[in-house]
Amino acid sequence: MSVAESDTNIPQQALGDVLLQVKGLKKHFPITDGILVKRAVAHVKAVDGISFEVRKGETLGLVGESGCGKSTTGRCILQLDQPTEGEIIYDGVDLSTISRAELNRMRERIQVIFQDPFSSLNPRMKIGDIIAEPMHVHGIEPDAAKRRARVSELLTVCGLNPRFADRYPHEMSGGQRQRVGIARALSMRPEFIICDEAVSALDVSIQAQVINLLEDLREQFNLTYLFIAHDLSVVRHLCHRVAVMYLGKIVELAESDELFDNPMHPYTQALLSAVPVPDPDVEAAREHQVVKGEIPSPINPPPGCVFHTRCPKAVASCQTDVPSLRELRPGHWVACTEA
Amino acid sequence: MVTTTVDDGSIEVTSSGRIKKFLIDFYRGHPLGAIGAGIVVVMLLAAIFADFITVYDPEQIDFESMLVPPNWAHPLGTDNYGRDILTRVIYGARTALTVGFVSAFVGSFIGLVLGVASAYFGGRFDLIFQRVMDVFLAFPLIILALAVVAVLGTGTENVIVAITIPFIPQCARVVRSSALAIREIPYVDAARACGFSDSRIILRHMVPNVMAPFLIMLTAFVGQAILLEASLSYLGLGVQEPVPAWGLMLQGGAEEYAESAPWIAIFPGLAITLGVFAFNLFGDALRDVLDPKLRSQQ
Repeated sequence: MSVAESDTNIPQQALGDVLLQVKGLKKHFPITDGILVKRAVAHVKAVDGISFEVRKGETLGLVGESGCGKSTTGRCILQLDQPTEGEIIYDGVDLSTISRAELNRMRERIQVIFQDPFSSLNPRMKIGDIIAEPMHVHGIEPDAAKRRARVSELLTVCGLNPRFADRYPHEMSGGQRQRVGIARALSMRPEFIICDEAVSALDVSIQAQVINLLEDLREQFNLTYLFIAHDLSVVRHLCHRVAVMYLGKIVELAESDELFDNPMHPYTQALLSAVPVPDPDVEAAREHQVVKGEIPSPINPPPGCVFHTRCPKAVASCQTDVPSLRELRPGHWVACTEA
Repeated sequence: MVTTTVDDGSIEVTSSGRIKKFLIDFYRGHPLGAIGAGIVVVMLLAAIFADFITVYDPEQIDFESMLVPPNWAHPLGTDNYGRDILTRVIYGARTALTVGFVSAFVGSFIGLVLGVASAYFGGRFDLIFQRVMDVFLAFPLIILALAVVAVLGTGTENVIVAITIPFIPQCARVVRSSALAIREIPYVDAARACGFSDSRIILRHMVPNVMAPFLIMLTAFVGQAILLEASLSYLGLGVQEPVPAWGLMLQGGAEEYAESAPWIAIFPGLAITLGVFAFNLFGDALRDVLDPKLRSQQ
């Protein structure tokens, strides 16, 4: 697999301080064969050379259809999965090179909210213990009584009654559990939170509440989010900038409004065209740009531009040339030669 | 003791009222299991209070009342040394339950931690560990126990070790398969993202969630251990005379006195059967109660 040019070409803008820098991140999962000695017969190229930056205080959206590698990107940043290649530089420190102890200290600053509120809480622990445990382990609040007080405070901040501290997760609803997940993430006073499909599993009315909560918390605690999602309307509402992923690569990255009003990559255009308009007459009259075919296998992605097999604008050179991200407008990066 | 273990494993009981309700539900849903639990409790009480409920000394040889058939003074008769069978069966419960509980608990706890750790760390550690377990599992339980006794020698402590060792791989294997599934659940990722140590994640986040298969293994092990101890003692490789043990009593009475004084062998044999039966009934009921699929239907 040749290294794409985009690896070193980092889209950037001189606004806030850079908090997180992802450079040429690759995560290939080996498919192994053999009984005693495992050898890799192929690789699932879940993330295949992506680069981006997140600045302090901003919310970066990461969108794409399922299987495009957006969650894997989040897991690599959290060091839950070891990246195959590339650097993850958080506040000047490369997370993949530091020791386990240093990483654990770093984890106070980077937290995560998971998709499924039913499996992200340990069913054998009380809510209060779930929220208090990180504070206890990291010595943030060594005093047990103060810890309890802070658990109550966090529950209140997240819109829950402090009495929930004595309950078990199975006694709560999905939305309440997701608020507990948010409270746990906040317990270590992080500055950066990865929301991995944090609202996708909730029904729409609860989604709106949790999104409002995330917005409030962002202001109150000056948080930076990496918001991984597939719901474009949520992303537009919440994010300052949006990166669109397809088959392990970033195909477009721009300011939120710019991307939604003026999508340049054929994939993004198709993706936005798929969002229904809530007016049946407009929806029926509107021209739909539908992407044909299935998403190719990440085990054996197409050569050249990964999207050329489904792209309505593809030309001959798309089958051989890997497009790099180019800044076509200020702050608007597109990986397409024809855009 | 046994009943509280059930309560902890199945549902989070916060008040005595719920414990009571659970026990009633358990009895209604699984009457056989409740009978098994009842026998276990009676055996436990007999073993604990053996000194108070018996009138004879289990090791006291009395040549004046040898081979006495069951009567009012000796309800289950006496053996060829004049020792009271009832007394020895009751004290034998103490030996059987000590060996049974200690080896089942120690073996399954070691297996629990090793199995979860193997699943958590995965990769090469898991591969090597599982192959070592395969080697142990290749031997039948009794052969492995015999081998350990052959190395360590006989006696109650060595019997416990001999029975504990074969239990470790059995429990580790079952627990590992449950732990592998739990390893993929996001709350383990959440714990890792919070920067917790491996031992904390294994002991606090994974071990409590594999309790259902673990408790089932545990109760099955107690019954198995009682049977193994009796087998080893019967073969003369376990508990040694004059300590009262059911297997040993069978050995002393079975061949020579099978016709002239059958009570010597019948009653310890019944005790073994009843003990193993009770633990198995209880374990089966426990499996039904703790099976999450059955539980969600209730």
